[in-house]
Amino acid sequence: MLSPADIVTLPFDDWVNAFVRGWLVPNFRPFFRAAQVPITSVLGWLEAAFLAVPMLVTTALFALAAWKTAGRGMAIFTILGFAFVDMIGLWDDTMTTLAMILTAVFFCAVIGIPAGILAARSNLAWRIMRPVLDVMQTIPSFVYLVPIVMLFGVGMTPGIIATIVFALPPIVRLTNLGIRNVRADLIEAAEAFGSTGWQMLWDLQLPLAMRTIMAGLNQTLMMALSMVVIAALIGGGGLGLVVNTGLGRMDVGGATAGGVGIVVLAIVLDRITQGLAERSGVRGASLRQTLAGFFRPRATAPALEAEKAG
Amino acid sequence: MQDAKLAVSHAFKIFGNDAPAVLKLLRQGKSKQEILAQTGATVGVQDASFEVREGEIFVVMGLSGSGKSTLVRMLNGLIPPTAGQILIGGEDIAQASPAALRRIRRDKISMIFQHFALFPHWTLAENVAYGLKINGVPRESRHKRALEVLEQVGLAPWADSLPSDLSGGMQQRVGLARGLAAGSDILLMDEPFGALDPLIRREMQMELLNLQQTLKKTIVFITHDLNEALLLGNRIAIMKDGCIVQIGTAQEIVTAPADDYVAAFVADIDRGRVFTADDVSSQPTTIQLRQTSVRDALRMMEQGGAHALYVMDGERVAGVVTYQQLAASEMDPSPTTTLQDALITDFPTVDASTSLSELYGAAGSGLPIAVTDERERLVAVVEPSDVLAHLSGDAVAAEALANKEQANAQPR
Ligand SMILES: Nc1ncnc2c1ncn2[C@@H]1O[C@H](COP(=O)(O)OP(=O)(O)OP(=O)(O)O)[C@@H](O)[C@H]1O
Ligand SMILES: [Mg+2]
Repeated sequence: MLSPADIVTLPFDDWVNAFVRGWLVPNFRPFFRAAQVPITSVLGWLEAAFLAVPMLVTTALFALAAWKTAGRGMAIFTILGFAFVDMIGLWDDTMTTLAMILTAVFFCAVIGIPAGILAARSNLAWRIMRPVLDVMQTIPSFVYLVPIVMLFGVGMTPGIIATIVFALPPIVRLTNLGIRNVRADLIEAAEAFGSTGWQMLWDLQLPLAMRTIMAGLNQTLMMALSMVVIAALIGGGGLGLVVNTGLGRMDVGGATAGGVGIVVLAIVLDRITQGLAERSGVRGASLRQTLAGFFRPRATAPALEAEKAG
Repeated sequence: MQDAKLAVSHAFKIFGNDAPAVLKLLRQGKSKQEILAQTGATVGVQDASFEVREGEIFVVMGLSGSGKSTLVRMLNGLIPPTAGQILIGGEDIAQASPAALRRIRRDKISMIFQHFALFPHWTLAENVAYGLKINGVPRESRHKRALEVLEQVGLAPWADSLPSDLSGGMQQRVGLARGLAAGSDILLMDEPFGALDPLIRREMQMELLNLQQTLKKTIVFITHDLNEALLLGNRIAIMKDGCIVQIGTAQEIVTAPADDYVAAFVADIDRGRVFTADDVSSQPTTIQLRQTSVRDALRMMEQGGAHALYVMDGERVAGVVTYQQLAASEMDPSPTTTLQDALITDFPTVDASTSLSELYGAAGSGLPIAVTDERERLVAVVEPSDVLAHLSGDAVAAEALANKEQANAQPR
């Protein structure tokens, strides 16, 4: 059979190699190295804090947070789960992982929320960002591990950078969505009273989008957690490393223990942030309405109004 | 009173591309529908020119889609006009920079919305204080001002509630309070009572009139309800397909509709509420009780074609005499009949602002109705036949009819 390859073959891999090795790495390596400084310091700071605080105090704090946001059952689960992790000897690894994902989520929020705001306010910005986010979400994370190692080296910080790349899209998307879904008549009212763009953002858009933004933060957190094992491949420590080591040695027990630690952390963090999201939105439109509005942007707003009027 | 607070001249709004081409088509006399078919552009407002005077309620009325909302949003620049000039205190909104526009919106012009547009995450007091917050007024003083205004609209006890705790009517009071608290002289109201049920609506209309008596704001009020327009408007502009087809007082519009569209609008209006004694009264011809003889009085009536005359005793209204009675008394054999003998002292009186529907009862007596001022002086009289003629809506024809009847009633 005739196929295009008989006529031309493209050395695509060579092109990428030439681009990354020949141009990006030699020219921008110092820049990329400098870029990891803030991440390294936040991580170091958080990890030191989590490792310094006694296990019982940390557990108590998390249990309290779970109790306040998600109820008594979740508080009990937090205590039992953390105790179990401690008893199987993975407490320090869990704290390292916690520090890593919190660092990643922190930077996702710092980058993602402003990016989402920008996307919501400028159609051009959103048209540019959208395909980038699509690529970030669909590209397998193993693919960008190699360039990340080349640019940033090996270690905890490159692992966190890979995590940020992976976990960034939801917070950007949902910030954009939340702000765009603020009722148009409210925006008009704010404008009619002469508010500036910033005033509108602070008074109206961010508070009313907060619930959606928190939902985005929750998704980002979950995605960051799902990256810990992969990040461990390029030098991230903690529970991811425990799982990887277990895999490498065909040590089912070790790998499972690491996995259990990740699951406990995931459940606790998920419930706490979900609880936060629910509380932050009580006075605005619900997340469900907001999400529904995403798919029927024209139909929902009048429907809501009709409900109020009727 | 006659100052124009807001002046619009030749304002156009075209939704769609290539506005200049559309403007040219409009100038060639193409209609909104033809332009939509030909270019796909929608004409929102075309060639609107009007002035709103200080302290008046200027109502803009028209059917759905006639461009009312577009017009009112051009007044504060929410929708930038495609062409034309919109002057507020000498500043042209159409040319203003974004910063200037913001300043005008903060200081000079506020808006009240059909669906209230209250901020759901803020208390009533915070909502009402919004305009002040935007203007940088410190928290304490803007809260104080918000409470004052909430008091004015009767919602002070709910200052710390959220808008969702209130009924529609109450929410719109908050909307009104938010507009008032900002302290601007001009209020734009886009169908503010359109989402309320009829009873509440009536109540709000009265409340607005009440507030307006003390506040004397300059109000542009949008509605598609003619009765509301007639009730509230000092002057009314009627819109059709983006054009203003007529501007005038309620009476002017009802008596002289500019075209069939307006005529159809006002066809089944309750005329008794639109017109007042003032509209149908005429200059009184009076006679003096002591100086006029019965014979002179009869002659005056015959010459003037009147069937009754008001009799003055100096400055005071003494009563009314009718032709029939005077003629009868002249037949009387006794030699010295005076006006006094035929005088009817139980005559109907009203003031100039009495509506025709209230005049209807007084007209039943058949006597001309005295229109008196606050010091009981006679300023005009209303012929009963004019009341009926105006109520029936065919003033001219009815007047002719009434004249004929009068002629028949008179001897000779
Ligand atoms: N943003 C827009 N883009 C395109 N066309 C518009 C836009 N806004 C309004 N129009 C059109 O302009 C015309 C006037 O609309 P407008 O909303 O001013 O009417 P209205 O008199 O306020 O009607 P209603 O009583 O329904 O509120 C309509 O034909 C409408 O479809
Ligand atoms: Mg409208």
